[in-house]
Amino acid sequence: MISKRIVLHFPHRLVDQPIVYRLVKDFNLRFNILKASVTPQEEGLMVLELSGEKDNYNSGIKYLKECGVKIQPLSRDVVRNEAKCTDCGACVPICPTQALEVDPKTRKVIFHNKKCIACELCVKICPTRAMEIHF
Amino acid sequence: MKTIREINEKIKKGKIVVVTAEEIIDIVDKKGLKKAAQEVDVVTTGTFGPMCSSGAYFNIGHSKPRIKLGGGGCKVNDVPAYAGFAAVDIYLGATALPDDDPCNKVYPGEFKYGGGHVIQELVAGKDLRLEASAYGTDCYPRRRLETLINIKDLNEAVLFNIRNCYQNYNVAVNLSDKIIYTYMGVLKPRLGNANYCSAGQLSPLLNDPHYKTLGIGTKIFLGGGVGYVSWWGTQHNPGVKRKENAVPCVAGGTIAVIGDLKQMKSEWLVGTSMLGYGATLTVGIGIPIPILDEEICRYTAVRDEEIYTSIVDYSQAYPQLASGSLGEVNYAQLKSGKISLQKKEVPTGALSSYYKAKEIAEELKSWIKKGNFSLSEPVASLPEARSGYAFKSLKERPLSYKDAHL
Repeated sequence: MISKRIVLHFPHRLVDQPIVYRLVKDFNLRFNILKASVTPQEEGLMVLELSGEKDNYNSGIKYLKECGVKIQPLSRDVVRNEAKCTDCGACVPICPTQALEVDPKTRKVIFHNKKCIACELCVKICPTRAMEIHF
Repeated sequence: MKTIREINEKIKKGKIVVVTAEEIIDIVDKKGLKKAAQEVDVVTTGTFGPMCSSGAYFNIGHSKPRIKLGGGGCKVNDVPAYAGFAAVDIYLGATALPDDDPCNKVYPGEFKYGGGHVIQELVAGKDLRLEASAYGTDCYPRRRLETLINIKDLNEAVLFNIRNCYQNYNVAVNLSDKIIYTYMGVLKPRLGNANYCSAGQLSPLLNDPHYKTLGIGTKIFLGGGVGYVSWWGTQHNPGVKRKENAVPCVAGGTIAVIGDLKQMKSEWLVGTSMLGYGATLTVGIGIPIPILDEEICRYTAVRDEEIYTSIVDYSQAYPQLASGSLGEVNYAQLKSGKISLQKKEVPTGALSSYYKAKEIAEELKSWIKKGNFSLSEPVASLPEARSGYAFKSLKERPLSYKDAHL
């Protein structure tokens, strides 16, 4: 059993197809949509937590790639520019998944990549704009 | 009892005992106040937070032919600077914005680039675009100037902040049903978060609550270089409510500071954008406190749990200038990550970096230890609690047609 958080980029031509449905139906995978957006002119973007048996998971990913969906691990989505971060902590109460927290000893702000659901709330509220989106 | 002169002698001889405002707490705990006051000579403080009443002035040198910017207009990297002085002096404020910034017309505005960002880039040694226009005179005939400027070529580049280093500050919350964007950060509805902005036990003016050692002329760490307290800051309000330990439990005193921008570092002067509010500058300041006697030592040993501040609603009370605090909390509670308010557990966020404040206190400590920084005797005191000096609100007197030619 594995579970991963991934970012799916759907090209325009795939936006109207029930691709995620096939992941359930054909590959017996479970998914939790953390974020999704589709705009008429652009690609579709979906952040998923995908879990299932290892073989099924790998086949599902292979199917997505064959369809033309670009896949990347979620942690790469929002990154912290360490040179810009001043460890103030303004982002901490804004993060809905506690991916940002203050180390009680050092008072440095820790960014837990794995907890991040790439909602991007921290990106604009960071006073020094240290949180960046990397596609 | 020690004097600043004796302390400076010790700095020269390399025999100085200097600790941070965090370290002194344990020392007083373990050794007692009397012994700590005898052994420790200097306590260093620090703070690193957004300070909007900051700015820099510079003299760009005379062009050939000459131009008089005074009375004309001037922009640095598209950000307007004030030119109402002589020929080539300008002052750039931290919150100034380019004329074409949409501000809050696209709500909430992002304010990605303003005066604070220009100051940071100037300090970092980047070339900046200066565009100026003037009306032209017989002795200053030129009417336009477009040139790159660099800090190394400026005659003077001086950071001059008219209000910094607040002695304590409000905790901001939002009681309304919609999200609000403030200078205290984004505040989620219905007490979604509580934001504070002070280094607490490390903060300079909280460690010298009655301004007994710091005054006009005090030499300080400013933006990574050396600066001075030039005056009390605007809105200085020493007569506010204080606890038994003399520490104000609302925003109290402030200082104006000045220093050579050419010595400063961009790490300690950071252009800052508050979503939906504006651009500003985050400033690093560290002030040494000479331990002249036991009383001063006791003040510097103040700890987060003994420093209280008031919680203010920024959806109604603050914008409407209404009095009323929702309660008091101390900095130990704020730093724990959540406070309890109106039967709710409210997560806290900080705008002032305690981590950086500590770095500043450590840096200043090492300067003093190495003999690179001596202490200065203040030349005049700041107005203190019993002086009667107070911060007033504006009493508006609306204009009428009779005032047209006052």
